[in-house]
Amino acid sequence: MRRQILKGLAASAIALAALPALAQETVKVGLILPMTGQQASTGRQLEAGVKAYMAQHGNKVAGKTVEVIIKDDTGVADISKRLAQELVVNDKVSVLGGFGLTPIAMAVGPVATQAKVPAVIMTAATSVIVEQSPYFVRVGRTMPQMTFPIADWAAKNGIKSAVTLVSDYAPGIDAEKFFKERFEAAGGKVLDALRAPLASPDFAAFLQKAKDLKPDALFLFVPSGQGATLMKQVIDRDFAGAKIRVIATGDVTDDDLLNDMGDAVLGMVTSHDYSADHDSAENKAFVEIFKKVNNNLRPNMMAVAAYDGMDVIYRALNATKGDANGQKLVDAMKGQKWMSPRGPMEIDAATREAIPPMFIRKVERKNGELYNVEFEATGPIKDPTHK
Amino acid sequence: MLTILFDGVAYGMLLFVLAIGLCVTLGLMNFINLAHGAFAMAGGYLTIVMMNRYGISFYWGLPAAFVFSALLGVVLERTLYVHLYTKSHLDQVLFSIGLVFMATAVVDYFMGANQQTINLPPSLEGRVNFLGASIGVYRIFTIILCGLLTVGLQFVLSKTRFGSRLRAAVDDGRVARGMGIDVTRIFAVTFAVGSGLAGLGGALSTGIISMDPTFPLKYMIYFLIVISVGGSTTITGPFFASLLLGVADVAGKYYVPAVGGFIIYTIMVVVLILRPQGLFTRASR
Repeated sequence: MRRQILKGLAASAIALAALPALAQETVKVGLILPMTGQQASTGRQLEAGVKAYMAQHGNKVAGKTVEVIIKDDTGVADISKRLAQELVVNDKVSVLGGFGLTPIAMAVGPVATQAKVPAVIMTAATSVIVEQSPYFVRVGRTMPQMTFPIADWAAKNGIKSAVTLVSDYAPGIDAEKFFKERFEAAGGKVLDALRAPLASPDFAAFLQKAKDLKPDALFLFVPSGQGATLMKQVIDRDFAGAKIRVIATGDVTDDDLLNDMGDAVLGMVTSHDYSADHDSAENKAFVEIFKKVNNNLRPNMMAVAAYDGMDVIYRALNATKGDANGQKLVDAMKGQKWMSPRGPMEIDAATREAIPPMFIRKVERKNGELYNVEFEATGPIKDPTHK
Repeated sequence: MLTILFDGVAYGMLLFVLAIGLCVTLGLMNFINLAHGAFAMAGGYLTIVMMNRYGISFYWGLPAAFVFSALLGVVLERTLYVHLYTKSHLDQVLFSIGLVFMATAVVDYFMGANQQTINLPPSLEGRVNFLGASIGVYRIFTIILCGLLTVGLQFVLSKTRFGSRLRAAVDDGRVARGMGIDVTRIFAVTFAVGSGLAGLGGALSTGIISMDPTFPLKYMIYFLIVISVGGSTTITGPFFASLLLGVADVAGKYYVPAVGGFIIYTIMVVVLILRPQGLFTRASR
């Protein structure tokens, strides 16, 4: 009997909760970002990117008011999952977004699937993520998309042998795997694949090992925001003197850190989809408003992904005429094409995977500051791992 | 081979200077100060601000970091720590870990969350050839400076009047007080020097690694390993423990990169099983 009453109460509670959702004029977007802890710089840039987008486009779209709720998961997957549940159940958000690391996105997947709420992945870069939930849509980029261009470039530019040094976690191992696969397919040889612990403060041993193997190039990958320590030690070990080229994905010469690295990184070649120096009207407008609302901070690849993430949400709401139904929003996000500050962007209609443009860039000094200057566009690259 | 040895020794020396202050407070004053890394961070950030914002030389940054962290140590010791000397170890741990989180948040607020580095003066950059091995000038500088500090500390503690007073104050505070030794002042000075050394270590480490607000937490593990392996009743114990860990860590990562990161933890586990009181300490008193 008592159980019956409880059930009845629960049912009416659910019905009551559903009522305001029908009439609501605000669309809530719940962002789960690492605002403190190891990945805090990533969270900061993501938040700043969202702020820049809202400053530029306002908070009204298709007759609805967009409200952004930011939650700090400190970069820990368990917390992210709990926050996602809270955002869905208590705050009744229509869209989730953010996710600093791969395990975080993985943890949130089941929540998104069960609640039928789209989750926009801005940062996490392991390919497999979007396959974990039909409600995942990625606006960032994946590891193979970042590593293939630099592997191709290396093979074409007289680099015959390479050593890889990556952080020992899923995206790092992906970077190692995809670089080796692509570089060896083009006739190169990877002499050794070194993995440094994620929390390793001293890369000395790994770098010395790489140097002693005498490759033509050293390929690096570390998570965004951690490139400063690595580059400092790379410079200290004098790879240039040993005639070893240092190449990397753009995470290492992150716009957020690059300017402090000093002239020793001049000429370093990396591949990525975004540089604050990208020459287009969209990017100039983005950088200008971003710096204005964010205390003159320079946007990096995280900021642009957050900006594009908001853009996709706005576009989807426009397409559904303000209907915040999860399935309708995801369907509207599929196949979206737009001009991003990075260049032409697309969401793959079949896989919900981002298809960003990719560039080969070289560190140069411009107007007194260090920038990744793009010198070769490789065009959009579809993630090769999705069937 | 020699390069690896030098890198390892330099890394170990750095660990030693960072951890020695903790040894002093833990071993001599019987106080668990997990916030020790925060003083190192203060020194590191001071050097970064001095060099990057005001263009002051690195050589001034080092003593400034020592003085700044030492002063910070005195202020906190007089206002906060002094109330906890007689409290239980659990209270001390909870208090100091709370201090770490506060320090992290404060630095994050004022300095930002991204990694920050310095550019070393040209005289410390580059590499030299030594017996056929190429060695970073800065690593040699670190080794020499830390070596001198160790000798100096050992001398002060074992040969000077201050050292014997300190040991007396630790062994039996009440009797020492009865003999006319100003225990409070001695503890304050010792705490300040320990904090100052941490600050100096922090400043030195900006030349090899970078600073970010999570520094005290990242390094806490290393400090504790140094102390648990070396024991905290002497200075030589942690010194050799630091060298052992530094060399084992670097050599391990070089020769067996696949398991490199675990070697230092393996050493700690083995030492703690065989000699729970620490590698270089006599069995419990």
